[in-house]
Amino acid sequence: MGIMAQLPALIVVTPLLLAFLVYLVGIFRPRLSYPLVLLGTSLSFIFSLGILYQVLHSSAPLSYHLGGWEPPWGIEYRIDHLNALVLAAVAAVAWLVVLFAKGLVDREIELQKQPHLYTLLLLEITGLFGITVTGDMFNLYVLLEIASFSAYALIAMGGRGAAFAAFRYVIFGTIGACAYLLSVGYLYILSGSLNMADLKGIIPGLLHSKALLVGFAFMVMGVGIKMGIFPLHSWLPDAYTLAPSAVAALLAPLFTKVGAYVIVRVTYGVFPLSFSVKDYPAAEALGWLAIGGVIFGCVMALAQRDLKRMLCYLIVAEMGYILMGVATGNRTGITGAVLHIVNDAFMMACLFTVVGAIHYVRGTRDLDDLKYLHIQMPLTSAVLVVGGLAVVGIPPLCGFFSKWYLILGAVEARRWGMVAVLLLSSLLNAIVFFRLIERAYLEVQPAEAFVPNGGTHLKVKLDSLPKGMIFSLLLLASALLFLGLFSGTIVKEIIYPFVNGL
Amino acid sequence: MTHSTLPLFALLPSLVGAILILLTGERHRNLREFWTLAASVSKFAIIWSMLPMVLEGKVLGVEVLEIVPGVGLELKVDAFGLIFALLASGLWIVVSLYSIGYMRGLKEHAQTRYFFCFAMAIFGAVGVALAGNLLTLYLFYEILTVATFPLVAHKETEEAMRAGRKYLAYLLTGATLVLFSIVLTFSLTGTLEFTPGGFLSGTASKAILSLLFVTYILGFGSKAAVMPILEWLPSAMVAPTPVSALLHAVAVVKAGVFCVLRVILYVFGPKLLTDLGLWLPLAFFVSVTVIGANLLALAQDHLKRRLAFSTINNLSVIILGAALLSHDAVRGALLHIPFHGFMKITLFMCAGAIYVKTRQDLISTMDGVGRQMPFTMGAFALASAGLCGIPPVCGFISKWYLCLGAIEAKEVFFLGVFILSALLDAAYFFPIVYAAFFKPPKHDQIKPHFDDASPWLLVPIGITALGSMVLGLFPNLSLRFFDLAGQVMKAVLAGG
Repeated sequence: MGIMAQLPALIVVTPLLLAFLVYLVGIFRPRLSYPLVLLGTSLSFIFSLGILYQVLHSSAPLSYHLGGWEPPWGIEYRIDHLNALVLAAVAAVAWLVVLFAKGLVDREIELQKQPHLYTLLLLEITGLFGITVTGDMFNLYVLLEIASFSAYALIAMGGRGAAFAAFRYVIFGTIGACAYLLSVGYLYILSGSLNMADLKGIIPGLLHSKALLVGFAFMVMGVGIKMGIFPLHSWLPDAYTLAPSAVAALLAPLFTKVGAYVIVRVTYGVFPLSFSVKDYPAAEALGWLAIGGVIFGCVMALAQRDLKRMLCYLIVAEMGYILMGVATGNRTGITGAVLHIVNDAFMMACLFTVVGAIHYVRGTRDLDDLKYLHIQMPLTSAVLVVGGLAVVGIPPLCGFFSKWYLILGAVEARRWGMVAVLLLSSLLNAIVFFRLIERAYLEVQPAEAFVPNGGTHLKVKLDSLPKGMIFSLLLLASALLFLGLFSGTIVKEIIYPFVNGL
Repeated sequence: MTHSTLPLFALLPSLVGAILILLTGERHRNLREFWTLAASVSKFAIIWSMLPMVLEGKVLGVEVLEIVPGVGLELKVDAFGLIFALLASGLWIVVSLYSIGYMRGLKEHAQTRYFFCFAMAIFGAVGVALAGNLLTLYLFYEILTVATFPLVAHKETEEAMRAGRKYLAYLLTGATLVLFSIVLTFSLTGTLEFTPGGFLSGTASKAILSLLFVTYILGFGSKAAVMPILEWLPSAMVAPTPVSALLHAVAVVKAGVFCVLRVILYVFGPKLLTDLGLWLPLAFFVSVTVIGANLLALAQDHLKRRLAFSTINNLSVIILGAALLSHDAVRGALLHIPFHGFMKITLFMCAGAIYVKTRQDLISTMDGVGRQMPFTMGAFALASAGLCGIPPVCGFISKWYLCLGAIEAKEVFFLGVFILSALLDAAYFFPIVYAAFFKPPKHDQIKPHFDDASPWLLVPIGITALGSMVLGLFPNLSLRFFDLAGQVMKAVLAGG
């Protein structure tokens, strides 16, 4: 076995150590820091695939005991089908975004500061990986804070107003962290354990306890703030809009998705399914929040002129989708939620990189400045179409398939309000994206000015972007297609084993 | 089901063609047009090659991927799908020729986008025809919807943009209802596989099944332009004429009708619809469209808009025939799908030829155009006679069976609807033909001497006009529409 057995630790340790290395090297050779980051994310991507392979070929979850301490006393990294899938998605998106980031960082951040940004980026990735692999409630808190603190600093590196947005995020994030920590405290006092697998065995005996309910509520609230669930999202649009483009492209798709993973893990992996659905109407309440979030996010997205801010509100809506899947409380709905975590990470990364690319070439993110985009940047516009249609839910792109399970789950749960909102939101998303596609591809002319110009075709040239950016855009767009086409396989091989174990 | 990869190969030419068109682009226009023609001919040839096997009663199928556990991306060629696939791919060849003449004649802009989207739309339409289950059907249905949007908004004028938005608003809302219906069907039955005679029977209460039927019909009805969700179609006439011809007379709207018929015959099934008593409300619902669209057509002065309302009328005629659920009515409805396609595409191509030659699109300014363009207007007269149900043009055959079917179902009222609709057809087509040939030219663009359109336009018009006549005389020639329709009718009405 050798290295294969060490992968759960390696995937966290590699970016962590590289983060320090990047900082040290950066003091003397700032230009060397980017290759190191790329090396780190590439390695972790390979590791995550290795972990996924191992999980798929073993009957029990991978368990790694840090420092050799036996769980439940020591910290355990525990990876089943759910984490393995989320981990692979996070690692893949992180790799693609870092591949994309070079040009944007060079443009927006001065060279001397770049090592700082890259260091924080690696710490951020460390935190995200750690949250995903850990099987320990308190360790999760620590890693959540590593990720959050890196995020605060990264966002503050943005342009005008970013410091204030980051400060607001700090306040919100700290309240969230406190809530989470309190919840861990409640659980520890009640059960005497911090290990998730251990807790799963103990909690069914504590169901009479009101303190458990309070702990659960704090947990959902804490994670809810971190992942930007409506109505706890208000820090999100400002923070991600004002952050440097490369940072936003990494944080916006990934941090929220990792938060969503924690919600799924806690409500169904730590607490028993029946607790969250039957014993207390948690699912019912979350369902209404989700409905509110989806409507709010979609409508607010319609009202935005800044493309990045538009995407930020869409994220609020997408988090609503995931929460809806969680709130259906049945296996189909949870399948939809997990699939949407993966799909949405890719969709949002795709769209944020598109906006980043437009900003890179044109220096603007305004809705009305998309004119002639298909001539100046044919590839970027094509990727915008693919990403947009995926979010709208046009098959065979991936967004459709998570919606399929979500709607099916809502129908099975007889939550017709959710069904209606899921369907309606596709239409709202269609308005959002066809407005963009229309502006990028068609030039509106008054009727009398219409002259057929068959002879004079504007010269189409490929986008003047660095190769890494083009490569990453194309990979993200094709990922949306392949995730859609092979979603049946993903669901059957990876998500069903998790969902059926609940 | 016989396993065969032919259906997959039948889909691929238009997809591959679309990509090649995009890659070739404006630099090599002739090569780009070659891809269109090559794709359309090979697509039709592959689909045609499946005909003998399907006539033997085989169902060719292939499952490509399991996109949702239990539901595959499945292609299945039965007689019903083959009727539509043959029609769409066959007429694509003709319209491709016509498109080249039309787009170059008008020096249209963005021709690469146009040909790309056209190929994608055909990919969607044939995919709808060959889909083996509801999810696969929905997938191609959405591809068709999205691929047609740039074609509707092609001119990029305010009017075209509005038409495009309207088109999306109607069709995406419809698609949403369809998605809801499919999800509900799946949650009730656990399967989405088309079965002759339906598979929903006995799976839920009467109320739920009725609701499901309504959402299906309204959802797919948006594409089939049934009243009151038809407004997008006349607006979409702002698109270039080949688009109106193939997509808004054949591929897109017929895909809507095709889906409605799939739902009636293969999801619910005649027996269940009779038990639930749902066929009668549906028949009345579409009868309103049949008559209403024809009355509205009378009031249109814009030629393409008049043709659009006539299309709406004929689409509902097809649905009405299927809703009557008698042998001859179903046969008539199935025959009317290709027959109406041939006649209507002729009419649209004539309208386009007149526009290219004289820049006239209002009927009131077309007086005397028959003297300048006798071939074009001759074809127009022939096709419009067919739509009124005059032998020997093919419209007569389908209308004959529809009327027989109404009698077989003992529904005199709907017989009256069919006959009244044919009379109204005559009332708005013949004045155009009369004015074109017998009135002196009013407009200075219309010349009193012979000056017909270019062969690029005339040859396709000639092919489809003669085609409608030949199909009327020998409805079973080579494409075997008559046998195919009979086969579907037997399978469906026996299966329930």
